[in-house]
Amino acid sequence: MAVEKILKDDASEEKGERARMASFIGAMAIADLVKTTLGPKGMDKILQSTGRGQLVTVTNDGATILKSLHIDNPAAKVLVDISKVQDDEVGDGTTSVVVLAGELLREAEKLVNSKIHPMTIISGYRMAADAARNALLQKVVDNKEDAEKFRSDLMKIAMTTLSSKILSQDKEHFAQLAVDAVMRLKGSTNLEAIQIIKKPGGSLKDSFLDEGFILDKKIGIGQPKRIENAKILVANTAMDTDKVKIYGARVRVDSMSKVAEIEAAEKQKMREKVQKIIGHGINCFINRQLIYNFPEELFADAGILAIEHADFDGIERLALVTGGEIASTFDNPESVKLGHCKLIEEIMIGEDKLIHFSGCEMGQACTIVLRGASQHVLDEADRSLHDALCVLSQTVNDSRVLLGGGWPEMIMAKEVDELARKTPGKKSLAIEAFSKSLLAIPTIIADNAGLDSAELVAQLRAEHHREGCNAGIDVITGSVGDMAALGISESFKVKQAVLLSATEAAEMILRVDEIITCAPRRREDRM
Amino acid sequence: MALAFDEFGRPFIILKEQEQKSRLRGLDAQKANIAAGKAVARILRTSLGPKGMDKMLQSPDGDVTITNDGATILEQMDVDNQIAKLMVELSRSQDYEIGDGTTGVVVLAGALLEQAEKLLERGIHPIRIAEGYELASRIAVENLEGIAQKFEFGPSNIEPLVQTCMTTLSSKIVNRCKRDMAEIAVKAVLAVADLERKDVNLDLIKVEGKVGGKLEDTELVYGIIVDKDMSHPQMPKRIEDVNIAILTCPFEPPKPKTKHKVDIDTVEKFQTLRLQEQKYFDDMVQKCKDVGATLVICQWGFDDEANHLLMHRNLPAVRWVGGVELELIAIATGGRIVPRFQELTPDKLGKAGLVREKSFGTTKDRMLYIEHCANSRAVTIFIRGGNKMMIEETKRSIHDALCVARNLILNNSIVYGGGSAEIACSIAVEAAADRYPGVEQYAIRGFADALDSIPMALAENSGLQPIETLSAVKSEQIKENNPFCGIDCNDVGTNNMREQNVFETLIGKQQQILLATQVVKMILKIDDVISPAEY
Repeated sequence: MAVEKILKDDASEEKGERARMASFIGAMAIADLVKTTLGPKGMDKILQSTGRGQLVTVTNDGATILKSLHIDNPAAKVLVDISKVQDDEVGDGTTSVVVLAGELLREAEKLVNSKIHPMTIISGYRMAADAARNALLQKVVDNKEDAEKFRSDLMKIAMTTLSSKILSQDKEHFAQLAVDAVMRLKGSTNLEAIQIIKKPGGSLKDSFLDEGFILDKKIGIGQPKRIENAKILVANTAMDTDKVKIYGARVRVDSMSKVAEIEAAEKQKMREKVQKIIGHGINCFINRQLIYNFPEELFADAGILAIEHADFDGIERLALVTGGEIASTFDNPESVKLGHCKLIEEIMIGEDKLIHFSGCEMGQACTIVLRGASQHVLDEADRSLHDALCVLSQTVNDSRVLLGGGWPEMIMAKEVDELARKTPGKKSLAIEAFSKSLLAIPTIIADNAGLDSAELVAQLRAEHHREGCNAGIDVITGSVGDMAALGISESFKVKQAVLLSATEAAEMILRVDEIITCAPRRREDRM
Repeated sequence: MALAFDEFGRPFIILKEQEQKSRLRGLDAQKANIAAGKAVARILRTSLGPKGMDKMLQSPDGDVTITNDGATILEQMDVDNQIAKLMVELSRSQDYEIGDGTTGVVVLAGALLEQAEKLLERGIHPIRIAEGYELASRIAVENLEGIAQKFEFGPSNIEPLVQTCMTTLSSKIVNRCKRDMAEIAVKAVLAVADLERKDVNLDLIKVEGKVGGKLEDTELVYGIIVDKDMSHPQMPKRIEDVNIAILTCPFEPPKPKTKHKVDIDTVEKFQTLRLQEQKYFDDMVQKCKDVGATLVICQWGFDDEANHLLMHRNLPAVRWVGGVELELIAIATGGRIVPRFQELTPDKLGKAGLVREKSFGTTKDRMLYIEHCANSRAVTIFIRGGNKMMIEETKRSIHDALCVARNLILNNSIVYGGGSAEIACSIAVEAAADRYPGVEQYAIRGFADALDSIPMALAENSGLQPIETLSAVKSEQIKENNPFCGIDCNDVGTNNMREQNVFETLIGKQQQILLATQVVKMILKIDDVISPAEY
């Protein structure tokens, strides 16, 4: 007799071959979507949001593209997720990881169609991933000891990362900026200390790195525009009406004169607070919250520069830069640490006035001012620079470096091929498939650049059969070139993360043999 | 049917609005129920064993879960059928009671139902089948005890425990590093176990996950990890020899529960109130400082002023720590949770050797590690992995492994896995069947056949010939009188599960058989299903 329905009405269930097919297709569709953005000649995508205003984003960054997509296919969601994690963890390689996972699944589909059990494929992939990782480990170069070389490594990595982004025209300039900024961090991965300010106008070339700190605020009227040897108090306190915090307190008066008295008392309270703040012996006061006119006037009278409403991040960064502490009470002026800097002045960038702090105590922080023709260009430049900064800061910690331009993939593919030849049984087919997927990455890079990918990859393969070969795809000239000579490098950490998470994701999707989709939660019609 | 007549011949209605309800009676009802139960079991059948496949589940909100854990699959499946819901309950109770074997129990119940269907077709009364199953399950459980082995382990010899956890983990996606995971689970359980009383409180083991890194980076922390950071960005990120004050009162002005109003009508009052307020903040911080605390962990928020005062007096603090975490911290550090500042005393402070903040990746994620605690009886397993689904699945797998380790500490008897225990039971039940004179004999035989279905499913999922393999193993067991022969899922080359080190807990297996039998009995006893019509 017929089995009654087990699941709820709108829920659907897909089994076996069909389920596998659905997830393969979903994952490959996602991979194909971002495929064309890979490599130095990759193309950009325009994303238009469905929200109000229909904001437009132009980007080349895999994670940004995938984040903005509304996807229904569960397997595709897995890929979106790995790209997001890649972004959080190492910052770059977000496209490669999705493309590699997609290629692994594409190869797996062929194997499944020729009746090889997914579990066999998985165990083959695992062995292959291990072999690939070991191959990379053997080839890494670590120049941590040699400061000069290390810097040039960083420079190369930054250039390689930036060459696939909108900044590629001025990559040398920006690579210099990024390396300078990261070197100032002295090994910490805290990218908060690097501030990026975007100001439309000028060209990308006009972007610059500033050693000090730039706060996007205006100086109050009637206050000094330039302070030398500034003593700065960074605060987070209410400078509007300092209300009584005891619960349930309220003012109840019976005559107008009393109102006036209380108002006077309030004013007095504020005056005392301001006096206390001035008593710290400062000449610059920066508050996170609003500063009302009355205290501002008092500060102006005392010749103190008061800056209101610096946002929270700004305050933290400012405290970090100037070495002061964020204060909220002002009773012990002698023990509060004040921030110092040599010079505060108002500067103009384009049309806007900004406040510039230079000669700060902590040399870690710096500001990168990006200039560009439009907001979209600036946003994309920001993302690209962020990628470069992330990669660099990770590389400072883990200084192992590889060559780029498809070189690591060739190395891995070669090693994996060797393994396939040695492995008995059906697994070897899966291992071979893994190496094919690895080769897909240089193929796509070449394809995107409009080159003859089959020819190039075949040439590369031949080259790589010699020991100690540095050959990779030189997209600019469209031929096989020496990557070491061309100065194309990549961080080992990024490559490793790409390899491992792509394999993990492929494995996860392969293991699935049934998809159960619950009925979507009903949303109330807002019509 | 539902219409009856009273003594005057007037009809009266037993079932209200009968025409709107669908109703199934008698054999039809039983068959429909069995079919539903079997359908659920069929979904899980492919997930059984080390080569079992995963299921991908999409929740009503579009979130994706990929899992191999029977209980999780059924729970998220959005089941509508009543009998199917019973099966979901079955798997859940196995999860609560044992924590592992949630797939196996449903597959077994499905097989029992299948056998029952055949018996029903032969005209055997369902109650007789139920009784036969009951008898058979008793034989099987006794037999399990017979073939079970005790093994010795101690804090120094954890190998047997690790091996058993590995058997559990080998069917999950984490089997790539099952050895590490199993060791972590066993060490965690041993750290919180009370070996004297044979008691393990799994609440003391916290499982935290964070995306990024790789599975191999998963670690066991003898202490607590809290997903919070210091309240003030400039507080020290690393403190040693910490005295922790654990507070459940906010660093804010007091809020009496009764409704009240403070009226300010003169300038003096305004000023005194102001002074009081300042003093209040000062007192709070001073009290913490006075008792010698070097770190304050608070369940509530801080006022800006209080925050700065804390910072100013060199007293690092953490705010908005959840209640459960607070309790764990209290247990781990040996401190007491203090609800009021007045009650702070030095002996209520918790002690920890090291508190440090650790940041991850390129985003601003930070976590607080509290380590080297006075009382190391609370531990945290910190999972890393490539993506969110991986972390979630690893959490579930670790939970299973933890449960298995705990069960072994409660009762150190084990049986061998790979279907060997089921085959041994099946042989024993089959042999016992002939001794029963009644109709039950058939039901008992049916039970034996149902037990065979687990090794059969294992063989099938591993790509072996199910019937061929099963009969070979069965004859081997009888010939050699060796109950350790099972299905060689990993293609190692031997059928002896003892050599392969594939163990399962005795109570887990017994529980599986008992629970499955109970549910099947319940389903068999239903002979009338009344459900409201579609509305």
